[in-house]
Amino acid sequence: MLARRYALRLIAMIVLLAFAAFFVVPMIWLLLAPTKTDYQIVHESPFAFGSLSQFGHTFHKVITYQGDLMVTWLKNSAIYAFGGTALALLAAIPAGYGLALTQFIGRRALLGITLVVMIMPATALVLPLFLEASAVHLIGTVWSVILPFAFFPFGVYLAYIYFSSSIPRDLLSAARIDGAGEWGVFRHVALPLARPIVALVAFFAFVADWNNYYLPFVMTYDNSQYPVTVGLQILISSSQVFTPTASGSASVEIFRPDLAMATLISILPILIIFMFAQRTLVKGMLAGATKG
Amino acid sequence: MTNPSATVVPDERVSARRGRRAAGRRNDGPAGGSRTAGYFFVALYVVLLLALGIAPTVYAIALALSAPGGLGFAHFVNTFNLFEFAPAFEHIFEFEGIWLASQTIFVVILALIVHTLTRRVSTAFRFVFYLPGAMAGAASVVVWLFMFDPNTSPWAFILHAFHYQLLANTAAPGNLPVLFAIMAFFTGAGGWIVIMYGALNNIPQELIEAAEIDGSGAIQTALKIKLPLIRKWIVYMLVLSFAAGSQLFVEPQILGVATVGEVSPQWSPNQLAYNLAFQYDRFNDAAAISVDLLVIGLLVAVLLVWRGKLFEVE
Repeated sequence: MLARRYALRLIAMIVLLAFAAFFVVPMIWLLLAPTKTDYQIVHESPFAFGSLSQFGHTFHKVITYQGDLMVTWLKNSAIYAFGGTALALLAAIPAGYGLALTQFIGRRALLGITLVVMIMPATALVLPLFLEASAVHLIGTVWSVILPFAFFPFGVYLAYIYFSSSIPRDLLSAARIDGAGEWGVFRHVALPLARPIVALVAFFAFVADWNNYYLPFVMTYDNSQYPVTVGLQILISSSQVFTPTASGSASVEIFRPDLAMATLISILPILIIFMFAQRTLVKGMLAGATKG
Repeated sequence: MTNPSATVVPDERVSARRGRRAAGRRNDGPAGGSRTAGYFFVALYVVLLLALGIAPTVYAIALALSAPGGLGFAHFVNTFNLFEFAPAFEHIFEFEGIWLASQTIFVVILALIVHTLTRRVSTAFRFVFYLPGAMAGAASVVVWLFMFDPNTSPWAFILHAFHYQLLANTAAPGNLPVLFAIMAFFTGAGGWIVIMYGALNNIPQELIEAAEIDGSGAIQTALKIKLPLIRKWIVYMLVLSFAAGSQLFVEPQILGVATVGEVSPQWSPNQLAYNLAFQYDRFNDAAAISVDLLVIGLLVAVLLVWRGKLFEVE
């Protein structure tokens, strides 16, 4: 019995470690690749470390590629993601509050529609959105990307759950008795208590916006407008590594370390958020339970 | 792939539902505030919903149904008869089959194992599983190009066992559903493991202890007690992943660029719609495919909301 239990435990540990390797190895590879030359990447062990100076060299090469193309892409990603997230918060937090703590005709219907559109993958709407944006001449402007990002029903749902479970109604009633208007109650009583959910919605919106590829791919049409996700594809198509015929209109050739570095730079903001936002996230996740 | 935003939902919901039940006893339904205030709070969201959710949907349906003589299904028939149409949907369903089956099995197994670990060790593993979610999209595709290339891959020994010498060998058409399933699992599974772990944590400890006192082994407890109690989250994962998977675009798109012609530019329905619109100016046909995809997404969403009882909102 005991032997069987140990055997079971051992198998469980092996499975766990095997999957941990599956998830970690690509990330380690990505960190190490820019420290090496293209030759080293192909001919040395995938886990060999090159040198810091090579890492610096690759970083400089990628950042200065075609002037400041990478910086432009990153800037565009930041504009789209910050703009989209800000508007999403502006719409979602009050909407969640309204759905949870006020009464109006159509409230339940709005809640139902929100659930349905929240589950439908946003990509299904990209082409229709393009047609709409083109009808109102928004294509090629930042709004063609930011506005669709601003529509974030999942955020509304999270805020709704939070407000309906974590804000004591008596507190709101007390504020009303004290003469606070509806906006005042929201602004001065509910909102200060809602910080964890604001952070949580902001996190999900920002990550989804930053990593989005399809929407900006369709809505934008040149290097000055692309976000870094689309930029990565441009780099691959102009790299001789995968496309031997790519003469590259560029004077600088793109090799494996450069692609790895560009990828690393592109996910850096999200990685940092993932690592440092854990506490906020846990707080946000547990927030709903505090009144349970 | 899977919407990373899905990650904490169940924890939220489980805990929130409890909170709501408690709140419900004190107070039935939302209260307070005037109606006008309610409209004011949801106004901006409703405008966005109408302009960016409802309007494009209606516009797409109108475009798809517009025919020379009025309304009709001509564009649906047109696209259905395209020789790329059936393969694109077959590709997607094959990919979904492989991905959903493996994701379900592995996520459940890993969550069950992680749940038996001490808190600190389990936190570390959950973080490791969850971190690749940060790369969802283009970045993970680029990394996996190198993982699938026998010349650069740390997994080269596996690829060599299949006699693959080049990325193009790994990315042979028959392998693509598997490759995309691996990519999707890489970025999506961690979030779901965290969710399942959260759901497992919601099982009362007494229940598990009682089973153990009755002589239930670890596997028996997992299968007979834990699994049935997280079943609805598994269904939720399946349904949501299915809907997201039908929208595959960035993976075949970038792999196609990297392998120069190895992957059809019309591999997935979304790519087919994109190319119809932007290569051939056939916007109505593209809209018809978008509507097909919307219908799939909508069916799944409605099924989940009204039948799944996962969203017992009130």
